[in-house]
Amino acid sequence: MLAAIDWSFIFEQSLNEALDINAVVYALAAIGLNVHFGYAGLLNFGQVGFVAMGAYGMGLSITLWNLNPFLAVLVGMIFATIFALILGVPTLRLRADYLAIVTIAAAEIVRLMARSTALRNVTRGAEGLNEFIGPFRALSPFDPSQSYGFGPWQWRGAQFFAIVVGWVVVALMLLLVWQLMRSPWGRVVKAIREDEDAARALGKNAYWYKLQALILGGIIGGFAGMVQALGNATVQPDFFVAPLTFFFWLVLILGGVGRVWSPVVGAMIYWTLITFIQNLGRQLVTNDLIPTSIMDTSQVDQIKFWIVGLSLALLMVFRPQGIFGSREEMALDAR
Amino acid sequence: MPVDLEGIAWTPGVAKPDPILVVDNMRRAFGGLVAVDVDHVEVQRGIITALIGPNGAGKTTFFNLLTRFDQPDSGHTVFNGGSIDRSSSHTLAQQGMVRTFQLTKALTKLSVLENMKLGAKQQRGENFFRSLVTPIWRAQEKAIEARADDLLERFKLDHMRDEYAGTLSGGQRKLLEMARSLMTEPDLVMLDEPMAGVNPALTQSLLGHVKSLRDEGISVMFVEHDMDVVRDISDWVIVMAEGRIIAEGPHESIGKNKAVIDAYLGAHHDEPLDVDDEGGDA
Repeated sequence: MLAAIDWSFIFEQSLNEALDINAVVYALAAIGLNVHFGYAGLLNFGQVGFVAMGAYGMGLSITLWNLNPFLAVLVGMIFATIFALILGVPTLRLRADYLAIVTIAAAEIVRLMARSTALRNVTRGAEGLNEFIGPFRALSPFDPSQSYGFGPWQWRGAQFFAIVVGWVVVALMLLLVWQLMRSPWGRVVKAIREDEDAARALGKNAYWYKLQALILGGIIGGFAGMVQALGNATVQPDFFVAPLTFFFWLVLILGGVGRVWSPVVGAMIYWTLITFIQNLGRQLVTNDLIPTSIMDTSQVDQIKFWIVGLSLALLMVFRPQGIFGSREEMALDAR
Repeated sequence: MPVDLEGIAWTPGVAKPDPILVVDNMRRAFGGLVAVDVDHVEVQRGIITALIGPNGAGKTTFFNLLTRFDQPDSGHTVFNGGSIDRSSSHTLAQQGMVRTFQLTKALTKLSVLENMKLGAKQQRGENFFRSLVTPIWRAQEKAIEARADDLLERFKLDHMRDEYAGTLSGGQRKLLEMARSLMTEPDLVMLDEPMAGVNPALTQSLLGHVKSLRDEGISVMFVEHDMDVVRDISDWVIVMAEGRIIAEGPHESIGKNKAVIDAYLGAHHDEPLDVDDEGGDA
């Protein structure tokens, strides 16, 4: 009986996730990737490493050095920048694939270092950083015991603060990317994406522009990590697993590569969709509409990724340019 | 011809009255293969110089070395009176030497106009921080756009101005690449097989454009296989074989040169000099 399914709960949950902290984190990480891949043509398969650097940079500033929250954000940006330099300086003179190889490994190194026992005194190992949120919460104008928002979008004060800060950062980053990509700087970066040698022949220092783009996208990824830390009040190494990078990619491709708005819309759709499938699946199982011989509730979590994967495959077949991308532009690659 | 080439000896490495480019002892080896081994050569300012030679002669390698897309093992190069031994490809373009490519490099997902504007030098908005403040670069951008529009009109690409460069035909891409290189306001234009893969009708128009560069006082050096083209537009011809300069002179002198005939006939028995029109070489 489908009547047993609580549709209003499912829709409420799904719509809530479209604006919740996860969507912010994914949107920011994908905006960074969009700068890397969509505009500069850099293959970064370790975006989660930048996210981790941002989160740890901000968290350690408080737990270790007791800095004020604004300086902590600055340190998070510096951490992401240093990571970009370590990755970019040796590889950006080489062919594009070398960066891809290095990034995927480096992101794992960051996570494994953070959870290593050797650095236990600094990063607290697998436990992660948990005592940094106080100074940030002190900045919040919202009452933590109260609920804010409307409709399906209601959160407690502390969470609401993180979400508002997160979306403000997203808006600022979109504005930044939009301005950069309509400027001559953006033109050089896009030219390098199309053909590095042509850009060099016209007097553009391709290496230096690629490094700038890597740093910029990395810092935006770092913001994703900081917003994550703010929203979840914790920085745990095992949040930053390698597959996360590929969900960021998914979000970007879903929205359409090389378009300002696509990471945000991609992140919203991704989180709405995945929450919808998960909740519907769970209810189908608990109401015995799907017998447990076929699937139990714990398997719903895996099925949701199947369905997301299938949807992505279908998207690639029927709309390879994503939601905002241009088919005409895609077709130029084939010529 | 704006420059008097009378009285210059027809010998390899001969001194020119006003060289824009002087190369000394340039050597480049790939493992055991010495691709380029040039003792001395000078390129005269204000004329069109052709660089020819049989396949595998090292023309393209030499070209890449001169434009710093490849680094020589040894040697000195002086461009416009200054050493460029420590220059890289992009600084060289800023110094006034611009090149095109044998396989045309149109930036396909940028519009034709954006392609052109990319060539402009010293655009302040190409700096990251200055790019954030539109008023800093807007006026300059307008001026660059006006210059780009003039060039597009001259190269008869103005009707394609706002199309993606990827929609251009092969010949139009050659025109775009040449027009784009002029946006850098070069002193020396280096064309790598400018006529390769271009239909005969367009060849004439491209030739006209190359000649008009010379008329504006821009020096041109080009690699070419098609001897008709060489005969038509070049004021001076430099012949390479096996990595060395084997002959120099006006094109009339080249066909009678024994070293040149040997070099070509070694590769192509009993064939006339003008059939060698392959797309690629070493």
